[in-house]
Amino acid sequence: MPEQIFAYILHKNGNVDDTAAELIHAANAISPEASVVAVVAGSGDELQAVCDEMAKTYAEVWKIDSDALVYINAEVLRGLLVRVLPKNPVVLVPHEHFGMDLSPGLSVKLDAAYLPDVVAFEGLEGGLLKAVREEYSGMVSTHVTCDIREGAVITIRPGAFQPDESRDAGGQVLDKTDEAVDGGIPGGNRRYLEIVEAETGDVDITKSDVLVSVGRGIEDEDNLEIVFDLAKSMGADVSCSRPIVDAKWLEKARQVGTSGQTVKPKVYLACGISGSFQHMGGIKGAPFIVAINKNAKAPIFQVADVGVVADIVEFLPDLADAIGDTK
Amino acid sequence: MEILVCVKRVPDSSENEIEVNPSGTDIERDDLVYSVNEWDNYAVEEAIQIRDKVGGSVTVVSIGDEDAEEVIRREMAMGADNGIHLSDESFEGSDGRGFATILKAVVDQGNYDLILTGAQADDGAGQVGGMLAALLDYPYASLVNLIDVLDGKRIKVGREIAGGHQEMNEIDLPCVLSIQTGINEPRYVGIRGIRKVASIDIPIKGAGDLGVGTETIGAAAAKVKRQDYFVPELGEGAEMLEGSTDEIVEKLIELLKAKGGFK
Ligand SMILES: Cc1cc2nc3c(=O)[nH]c(=O)nc-3n(C[C@H](O)[C@H](O)[C@H](O)COP(=O)(O)OP(=O)(O)OC[C@H]3O[C@@H](n4cnc5c(N)ncnc54)[C@H](O)[C@@H]3O)c2cc1C
Ligand SMILES: Nc1ncnc2c1ncn2[C@@H]1O[C@H](COP(=O)(O)O)[C@@H](O)[C@H]1O
Repeated sequence: MPEQIFAYILHKNGNVDDTAAELIHAANAISPEASVVAVVAGSGDELQAVCDEMAKTYAEVWKIDSDALVYINAEVLRGLLVRVLPKNPVVLVPHEHFGMDLSPGLSVKLDAAYLPDVVAFEGLEGGLLKAVREEYSGMVSTHVTCDIREGAVITIRPGAFQPDESRDAGGQVLDKTDEAVDGGIPGGNRRYLEIVEAETGDVDITKSDVLVSVGRGIEDEDNLEIVFDLAKSMGADVSCSRPIVDAKWLEKARQVGTSGQTVKPKVYLACGISGSFQHMGGIKGAPFIVAINKNAKAPIFQVADVGVVADIVEFLPDLADAIGDTK
Repeated sequence: MEILVCVKRVPDSSENEIEVNPSGTDIERDDLVYSVNEWDNYAVEEAIQIRDKVGGSVTVVSIGDEDAEEVIRREMAMGADNGIHLSDESFEGSDGRGFATILKAVVDQGNYDLILTGAQADDGAGQVGGMLAALLDYPYASLVNLIDVLDGKRIKVGREIAGGHQEMNEIDLPCVLSIQTGINEPRYVGIRGIRKVASIDIPIKGAGDLGVGTETIGAAAAKVKRQDYFVPELGEGAEMLEGSTDEIVEKLIELLKAKGGFK
């Protein structure tokens, strides 16, 4: 049993990420007895505010404060973490773009196991942690075991664990900066330059009440017309999943998901979208979700309110016509 | 620039319904359409474009059974110069660290400036690239959606972060990058292209050739092991509308109206 479990806290502009309160429940699911330590890196007053905030959820907060962490570069942070973490640590990191940058290499540098993108834990026995993962963008799940006796870096899917809202931990903040930077700032062979902001498109889907969203199931660029026709008949805007943007059929500003836009519509019509977590992660506010997909087993049907098994190329025009008739 | 691209042969999940076999030991492999992992195809295209701009060569490497050769050949038909096929029974059951260890041995035998992987493969792990970089002690950047060659020693890369924003970095060579989809538009490979490379010899290397052993690779060394496959029961799922198309459409319009789905 690990005595301690470490939770890496994401934050931005002084705001704590939603995953920060989820990791403590993930840690509890691994081992209810372990004490959970929040690890917070950054710089200055903003960092202090985040640490104070985290002390409401975690009994212990480790702070790493350095000018080299104003914008956190995973190559730098990895080297610092290796210095402060104890032998054989169990470390939880959110499975998103930063966690994916940091974690696989961190496991190697710690000589610990690496267990990516966990959605649930099912017990720890004799050093073997049993976890649930998904494969083939959520079409099947697997049980995996991970030997954590020599430590483990585990990435946790955002949203998979409930956030802890008790906020009565009354934790203490320990400054680990000296240990972390003893030996200098590592990772100089990758240098952060700047953030290039996303381009804005002709529609702002983050403001739309009704979205007709199209995925790879549309099969052909020419078929997009039927999606726009349907959206027009409904007074809706058109959004899409990532493959449609990758193919350059629609502009990036229309992409819903963790690497695209976060939308909060009342109604979301997912057409030919399988329902990967990166896509669904961009849909907030619990809209009424209708999924239309030709595969009755598509994962989207598990999260949608209403489902239709149909070929969208045939079904969407029928729907648009019928809506036209009602007017 | 000498570029190595790691590619994996995977069931094409946009072409197949992936299902669990009755005993839960595997997915149903019969009648599956396989292809090169979507992300890896973008990585190969990027490597070819860089080579065409600054010179050098592109080598494609894949770990897998005899069928892996087919994806190596396909990527050579796209324009990669060399292929290396890594195959050995002792590779089976490796975890991500094991695969990264095997790939490291290939890197050690070459003289590569740039090593590309896909951001993730069919099991959604996204681990091999970052581990390979750490084993090599090379700098790493994940989810790369832009590469700009500055000179023989440095490149500029864009990483895709949340909200469609892009994080720009300068990285020293040699380095490892994991490539995100959308970085380019992979060229089409026709039957004729495949035929052209049909007779090229693709060397096969095993554990002995690479100098890797069961203390670091294979099932014995793996700390992470898959136990089974299953399909979870998640809540109630969607209410499925059934009947004739007219009936479904009528019901759906009613629901959409009630939920504010029309303006
Ligand atoms: C770091 C990272 C970030 C990512 N960010 C995002 C993101 O922001 N947004 C995003 O969307 N994805 C994102 N992805 C990609 C994501 O993992 C999936 O690959 C993607 O969402 C799949 O899109 P899709 O559902 O349209 O395609 P697929 O998964 O290929 O699904 C297509 C669906 O259409 C159905 N279909 C096929 N033909 C028809 C037809 N004629 N009629 C009806 N149904 C049909 C199929 O049954 C299938 O369910 C990200 C991935 C990574 C690694
Ligand atoms: N069997 C393999 N052979 C060659 N490269 C691989 C293999 N498995 C994974 N990779 C590389 O590692 C990337 C990430 O895969 P993964 O870490 O398994 O999600 C893939 O996109 C490939 O570039």
